[in-house]
Formats: sequence, structure tokens, C-alpha cells
Amino acid sequence: MNVAAETSGPAAPPRANGELVFAEPWEGRAFGMAVALAESGRITWDAFRDRLVARIAADPAAPYYVCWLDACEDLLVGAGRIGGGEVRGRAERLAGRPAGHDHDHGAPVL
Amino acid sequence: MTPDDPAPRPGPALRTEALEELLVERGLVDRAVMDGFVRTYEQDVGPLNGATVVARAWTDPDYREWLLRDGTAAIASLGFTGPQGEYMVVLEQTAEVHHVVVCTLCSCYPWPVLGLPPSWYKDPAYRARVVREPRTVLGEMGLDLPPERRIEVWDSSAEVRYLTLPRRPAGTGGLMPDELAALVTRDAMVGVAGVGAP
Repeated sequence: MNVAAETSGPAAPPRANGELVFAEPWEGRAFGMAVALAESGRITWDAFRDRLVARIAADPAAPYYVCWLDACEDLLVGAGRIGGGEVRGRAERLAGRPAGHDHDHGAPVL
Repeated sequence: MTPDDPAPRPGPALRTEALEELLVERGLVDRAVMDGFVRTYEQDVGPLNGATVVARAWTDPDYREWLLRDGTAAIASLGFTGPQGEYMVVLEQTAEVHHVVVCTLCSCYPWPVLGLPPSWYKDPAYRARVVREPRTVLGEMGLDLPPERRIEVWDSSAEVRYLTLPRRPAGTGGLMPDELAALVTRDAMVGVAGVGAP
């Protein structure tokens, strides 16, 4: 199946045509999440695509994978798989700050 | 959380990490499976698959006929299957007509043969303008078509993914399929470029 293995070396065709597939690691994670959910039947691709189209239409200037991530969250919240504020709450906890509070900037430790 | 919450929304990297944690905790996503998809599309699936299909069609008349009649089956016969490739239609570039592919609403794209779409394909400007003024857009991308050649723009839908079969460049009669595949670019298979002789 892997044709690429047979056509390596200096004359090998470009495999990504000189462009990074994912500009940042989180883009790859967001991509993989949606594909894994669809492939396991947890979501349908058509439903995901509809949300992605809606997100892109709502803000055409938004970065593509931000729309992708939001579409994924929309779909899971809509299906009752996760709560509306859960992702944000968890993200804020990951950022090491309590929800609804800004970072302390330069507070002395002692 | 209230609507007038003054705290900025966490950035996409943190929100992605949060969503992934929640999905893994709930057993909705298997992290190893997810890793596999990311790696596959980052490293293994790309335009070389499509280039292999094109080179085969250029060198095998029976395969070419099959590819144009039933793209899905002919492509699958070379081992290129997976999400976003369930229904493939292959469009033949000729002296009379030039095909170009777009997804006007989002970014539908034939992953098994081309990998993931490049940034310009997802760009609102390409998505809107190539439908309205294809000849101008193609010219800006470096493809000048003779005025007598008709342009057909194909909008990918939820069901169909398109691949264009570029015209084989003159003077390549002695090349082997792998040498021909090396000439075929992603852009040529979307229909925004031609294939040049080596």
C-alpha cells in the first residue's frame, strides 16, 4: 500500500507539496479527534460538516482549524456528550487559573 | 460563566487539549486511534497517491477507462481508500475542456488521493472567486488557458469528491510510471495547474 516507500530518494515526488499539513500540534489533535469520532460512529461526518460549514460562514476570517474545533465542540454539546461550559472550564483549569479570574501578573511568591 | 465574563476565552490549543481530555475520560475517543489518524495524514497520505493513480491512467488504457467510469473502484484497487474518498469522480482534462475543483462551503477534498487540503483551497477568496471568475483566478495561480478552452468548475458536495486527470505532457513517451508520477503535482490534480515535461 505504501507507494511512497518505493519512490524515496532525491527524485521522490513531494508528499505534502511543500506545505505543513498542520501548522501547530493542536490542529492535528483537533483534526484527529473529529476523524476518530466519525470513524467510530460517535458522530456522523455529515453532521460535523454541517457544523463546520456553519462555523466558517459565521466568521469567514476565522482560522480554519479554530472553526473545526468549534464545530466539533458544537456537535458534542448538541448531542449531550459534553456540557456547554465544560471545555472552557477544563481549558481554564489547564491554564492554571480559576474560571472567571485573570492571571496574577507578577505577584510576589513571598 | 456569564455573558459579560471579562476573562478572555482560552486559546484553541488549550481548548483542544481540554476537549481531548474530556473525550478520553468518557471513553468516546481512544487516544491511540486518534494518534494513528494524525500520524497517517501528517506523514503517509498525500498527493503521491493521486500521482500514482494519474501515472497508471497515462500508461494503461484499460485502467484509464475504468478510472473515468468508476473512479471509486479504480482508485481503491490501488489501495487508496479511507474517509473522504467514499465516492470519487475523476474528470479528464482535454484540449476542449478544463476542469477545476472547489468546495464552496468548506473544504471537502479527496483525502485518500491528495492528503489534506492546502491553505489556499480553504481560503474564502478561492472558494468564492473560482466560481465567479475561474479564468482570472487560474491565471493568477499561474495557469493561462487558451481562450477557446472551456472551463468547468466542480463544487465538491457532502457526497462526491473530485480528482482531475491532467493531460500527459508531450515528450514523456519513454518514462516509467514512477517517473511520470514524479511530474504530477497536487495542484494539477485539483485543476489549478498543468503538468510540465521533465
